[in-house]
Amino acid sequence: MAGTTERSAAPKKRKPTNVFKSDNPNKPERAKRGKKSDKRMATENGIRALNPRWGYTFVAPFFVMFLIFGLAPVIYSIWIAFYNWDPLGDEQEFYGFTNFTDVLADENFWIALRNTFSIWFFSTIPQMIMAIGLASILRNPRLKGATFWRTILLVPNITSVLAIAIVFGQLFGRDFGLVNLALTYLGMPAHIDWIAEPLPSHVAIATMITWRWLGYNALIFLAAMLAIPSYLYESADLDGASKWQQFRYITLPQLKNTITFVLIVGTIGGLQVFAEPLTLGGNMSGGDSRQFSTLTLFLYEQAFVNNRWGYAAAIGIFITIIVLIISAINFAITRQISSEDNNK
Amino acid sequence: MDQAPITFQKRKKPRWQKMSPLSYITLTLVGFISVFPFYWMVIVASNGNEEISKETPTLLIGPRLFEVLGNVFVANEFFGAAMWNTVFVGTIVAAAQVFFSSVAGFAFAKLNFKGRKFLVLFVIGTMMLPSQLGIIPLYMLVASLGWMNTLTALIVPALVTAFGVFWMRQVIDAQVPNELLEAASIDGAGVFRIYWQIVFPLILQSGFVLGLFSFLAVWNDFLWPLLVLNDPQQFTVQVAVNQLQSAYTIDYALNLGGAFLATAPLLVLFLFVGRKLVSGVMDGAVKG
Repeated sequence: MAGTTERSAAPKKRKPTNVFKSDNPNKPERAKRGKKSDKRMATENGIRALNPRWGYTFVAPFFVMFLIFGLAPVIYSIWIAFYNWDPLGDEQEFYGFTNFTDVLADENFWIALRNTFSIWFFSTIPQMIMAIGLASILRNPRLKGATFWRTILLVPNITSVLAIAIVFGQLFGRDFGLVNLALTYLGMPAHIDWIAEPLPSHVAIATMITWRWLGYNALIFLAAMLAIPSYLYESADLDGASKWQQFRYITLPQLKNTITFVLIVGTIGGLQVFAEPLTLGGNMSGGDSRQFSTLTLFLYEQAFVNNRWGYAAAIGIFITIIVLIISAINFAITRQISSEDNNK
Repeated sequence: MDQAPITFQKRKKPRWQKMSPLSYITLTLVGFISVFPFYWMVIVASNGNEEISKETPTLLIGPRLFEVLGNVFVANEFFGAAMWNTVFVGTIVAAAQVFFSSVAGFAFAKLNFKGRKFLVLFVIGTMMLPSQLGIIPLYMLVASLGWMNTLTALIVPALVTAFGVFWMRQVIDAQVPNELLEAASIDGAGVFRIYWQIVFPLILQSGFVLGLFSFLAVWNDFLWPLLVLNDPQQFTVQVAVNQLQSAYTIDYALNLGGAFLATAPLLVLFLFVGRKLVSGVMDGAVKG
């Protein structure tokens, strides 16, 4: 039995490692390994004594359900995108690429795209900087009440977007909102209409997103920071490096993979934002002048308000393409940075 | 102090370990902002609409909280049913996710079957797909199965997720030593017994966290239930809260009372499991 295990356990080609792997980053890349080490791999990553064929039985329940309720709908929506598909009509007319060209010619699509990126920018970049800052406070072993701080930072993450959007909608109110009131107290002109104006509404939505995810991402960065060996800091201390220098030349480079991960997850999530604008506006149009209509909200509006399923499916495909392009750019940049590091 | 030469004492207190009062001020501020919206819910719900529409709104809890919360149940007589529905769906989904994810994750982490690498990459790849891409066909599928307006429409599509499997694979890879499994196997334990008696107990903590996150996702999900449910008796809690909002657009107290009812159970739950969630988030992080 052991013999068969080994044979089937040695895949012919190995893909390079990716950032999602939790393995020790110091390991050499799999692709560089020779045939000999493949044998060692078999015991490293799998149990030789167990018949590997059980693997199929174990992953089958997941895959069956995932294919039916996860993947098949995704594939089927590609099909729908090529039709003029009205759920209430009897016949579906083949449309070719008409839905796609219509989407690209639709002004509302570009408004949604602009809003999505604007909200993404305001919610991702400041949040990332704040999360890293918070994590570097939390990682200090001399911090008192560490568990308390970590826990309280996670509270926003567990609550529903809807409930919180109702609160924030009220806090950001033009006349009686607490935000304008607080700004007035701080001596700033504050009669900002956080809902009706495009840019302020993006900031308001980005604030909701940041509020929800800041603590979560701070914990992610904290976990990554705690994994940095402390001797790096100790020797830097001996060399007289300042706190900032230690942060800049030890902490930040070590966080590279985590930053990429958070950025990718944040971007995928950011391109799909809809719950905050939906609840803030109360309907799927994203505000009176579509000032905070996002791509996903636009998709839902077309699908479930206007009953244009083919059109909505085409929007979904554009969202996917955008997500994939941005993820690819992210990967390329990280790879570039890491190869530069290796050449030093 | 920063410019002081390196002394023996200094090595005992490394520079990066110094805490400044500013750190505590920052944490207090962020912590305050983190909990303030919840406090604000209570303020508005307990004071009524007139109080918060003043030039300087009160920041104290008023006397009318229970009256307003009672109004929520009057405005939507099925609000209690909605909460129960959500607990019901959430519990089933959480248990199923932990089970299916850990079973598949075990195979992906520890069994060397052919095509494993490809399937893992496949699972990770599908996590990149925006979830709304398949929503129209899923809606059609659920309709053709006759699940519209039933809780089944919420339960079955949520039983497995790619994220759950990915997470469990990471956890089992990191927390279950191969030697233990090898030893059990040599002692004659089969694959199922090894999963159930060795792997499952070892990952119970992380499984609990995954289950909690699944439960929270169900509790907080809003759009899908809104699409597939239209009978108030079948509503989940978020749809019920939304119903309040659309029916009484101006009644802030009622809205925030509903939001409070939809949030308070989670906060109580969080009191007990918050620390576990924190360690769960940190365990799942990409390190290095």
